[in-house]
Amino acid sequence: MIAQLYKAASRNVPFVWLYLAGGILFLTFLWGGDTVEATQATPVKYDMEVVRWFTIAAAIYAVVGTLIGVYVASELAWPFLNFDIAEITFGRLRPLHTNAVIFAFGGCALMATGFYMVQRTGSTKLWSNKLAWFTFWGWNLIIVLAVITLPLGMTSGKEYAELEWPIDILIAVVWLSFGLNHIMTVAIRKTSHIYVSNWFTMGMIIMITYLHVVNSMAIPVSLTNSFSIYTGVQDAMIQWWWGHNAVGFYLTGGFLGIMYYFVPKQVGKPVFSYRLSVLHFWALTFGYVWLGAHHLQYTALPDWTGSLGAAVSLAMIIPSWGGAMNGMMTLSGAWDRLRTDYILRFLVVALAFYAMSTFEGPVMSIKTVNALSHYTDWTVGHVHSGALGWMAMVAYGAMYHMVKKLWGVEKMYSESLVNVHFWLATIGTVVYVVAMWVSGIMQGLMWRDYDEYGTLTYTFVESVSAMHPYYAMRAIGGAIFNLGAWIALYNIVMTVRTASAARGANAVPANA
Amino acid sequence: MSDHDKIYSTKFQDKIERSTLLMFVMSAFAVAIGGIVEIVPLFYLPNTANCGNDPTCNATQHKDQNGNVISMDKIVWNPAVSEHKTLDEWQPGDGVRPYKALELAGRNVYIREGCFLCHSQMIRPFRDEKDRYGHYSIAEESMYDHTYQWGSKRTGPDLARVGGKYSDEWHRRHLKYPREVVPESVMPNYFWLENKPVNVAETVKTMEVLTIMPFNPIPKTIYTDEYIAGATAQLEGKTDMDALIAYLQSMGNHVKFEEGVNYRD
Repeated sequence: MIAQLYKAASRNVPFVWLYLAGGILFLTFLWGGDTVEATQATPVKYDMEVVRWFTIAAAIYAVVGTLIGVYVASELAWPFLNFDIAEITFGRLRPLHTNAVIFAFGGCALMATGFYMVQRTGSTKLWSNKLAWFTFWGWNLIIVLAVITLPLGMTSGKEYAELEWPIDILIAVVWLSFGLNHIMTVAIRKTSHIYVSNWFTMGMIIMITYLHVVNSMAIPVSLTNSFSIYTGVQDAMIQWWWGHNAVGFYLTGGFLGIMYYFVPKQVGKPVFSYRLSVLHFWALTFGYVWLGAHHLQYTALPDWTGSLGAAVSLAMIIPSWGGAMNGMMTLSGAWDRLRTDYILRFLVVALAFYAMSTFEGPVMSIKTVNALSHYTDWTVGHVHSGALGWMAMVAYGAMYHMVKKLWGVEKMYSESLVNVHFWLATIGTVVYVVAMWVSGIMQGLMWRDYDEYGTLTYTFVESVSAMHPYYAMRAIGGAIFNLGAWIALYNIVMTVRTASAARGANAVPANA
Repeated sequence: MSDHDKIYSTKFQDKIERSTLLMFVMSAFAVAIGGIVEIVPLFYLPNTANCGNDPTCNATQHKDQNGNVISMDKIVWNPAVSEHKTLDEWQPGDGVRPYKALELAGRNVYIREGCFLCHSQMIRPFRDEKDRYGHYSIAEESMYDHTYQWGSKRTGPDLARVGGKYSDEWHRRHLKYPREVVPESVMPNYFWLENKPVNVAETVKTMEVLTIMPFNPIPKTIYTDEYIAGATAQLEGKTDMDALIAYLQSMGNHVKFEEGVNYRD
């Protein structure tokens, strides 16, 4: 095992560099963070240290996750980049990309904001600060284990649930520690009502627990290998029930919770409509669960399953757009702020992408459209308009907002770099998504095209070579987005360091 | 703070919002329904290839043009009635069977290398897919696939019926250096699979585990103690490359499809 690890590391130079860089940045933060703790001028009201760490971790994982994404995208455009090294071939690195972005970046952003919002909206400290630290270190341990095991080919073979059974058990424990802490903090709140953001976070906690436990059921053959207890049709349905709801509750529900707190906070106005948020929450919570089946149109599943999934998908346009409007309309009377408030730009563009993706998704679930779009890059484009345009944008908006509050500064180290990041993120996402729309639809049309003699016009490989320019374009779009993530990390780290230095200079003697 | 008792929505919603427990219970209830409605029936309905402990898989029913039920023995290999009694005697067209030892080792390689991220194993009932890949896939064909490998993306072609389409030698050359055979391919080189011996112990253990699965376990009449004991001999000296090729060659030729029969509901 150790020999294998060593071999992987020694043959895998780009990887090692990546993590060294991440590690150094992390240590830089460690050092800066301690300074803040030591010189805190005001008494601590909330347990925010763990939120700080989750926030910085999210900023680092965003860089790492999208960088791996750019690399695997480049492998499809220029296959020599596989370098004949097993650990970095597309098939092994792609799950690492999805896990890094969804669970490392997305997870840390969700836990940072989750712990932040639940304290602030309830006017209370965390139920258990110690448990929150357990969650932090546990979650990061899971990420480290993923980084080690996935390139070594230890995978359960289930999309978005690739991690092997010992890590799955660890995920369950750490996830429940987060859930318990969040729900108990809600329970000890000082306010009368539970704020809408916490409904979404609670819904996510419950659903992800169901999904993870049911979908990961497997019998191990060794420490690093196991087999799902389900087969064929049942496994497919359970897998996409998981797959779509990881999107629906983790990347949508959880991030809607973020939206419902940080948009009103950043605008300085209450949510446009409370009643709309009630409808939005219950409709999504009840409805989203049904959508997984639309991934299995025209497969060996009974026909009704996919049709049901598609029907509910179409119905979901209404609450999704209601929620998007609810966020957007919160800005009414304050739209001019978009000229000066770069953080608000992130949040509003995120809502625009949310509205776009929640329209595109139901359209793609319609059988006739799905017949064309399924198995193509269009799906990949759709996922990324959600993940980059919605999830990452709203997360960054929230992270910038939190960094200022958490380190008690008026402005980021560089406000104009926030604007640069905003444009890089937006342009990168658009380039990526457009490339995948074109390539996806082209693939779908080439595969089904017949010539005048009634034979297939194109061989499969002709469709592969036709994708090359779009795969290159996608890699470029991803690289632009990744550049923005580096700038964000730099800006956040510098803000923290500047804040720490300022605090150090004005340290109150009583603290010493 | 004065409006804390005012109700802005409905009485029930207000009650939920004030109670952590009620919010928890209501959410837990709301998110459970969709999954139950869509998943649970698939364990009971016909034509979902969930055979329980019934090796003849009689819950599954396919009908010919006149509405007569086709015997399941024609779709799922049943050594009790088939003229071929063991896995080694089995012939293409005898019906869906579990993987032989070497194929199973190859399937583990297929999963390990993440092949399913670019290759699907699920042919849809369209004219172009029939012309390109063959007969549409049916539920029974993946009934022994613990962790199904249908995939969701075709960066490369579908592999559900790749078995027998190319020679072993073609597969070997293609897997080693794909661009030497197909210049436009974007697949990584897998020549190093030739240097890796098959993981014998893990494959044998996999066979044992597959017979004790709660859903669609492989019948002990097929993975007999004898067969599992003999697996080691079949695997010795083989490489991951041999195993992967054996797996690819085993795919898609199990069932003899007849014209005019609707194999899906």
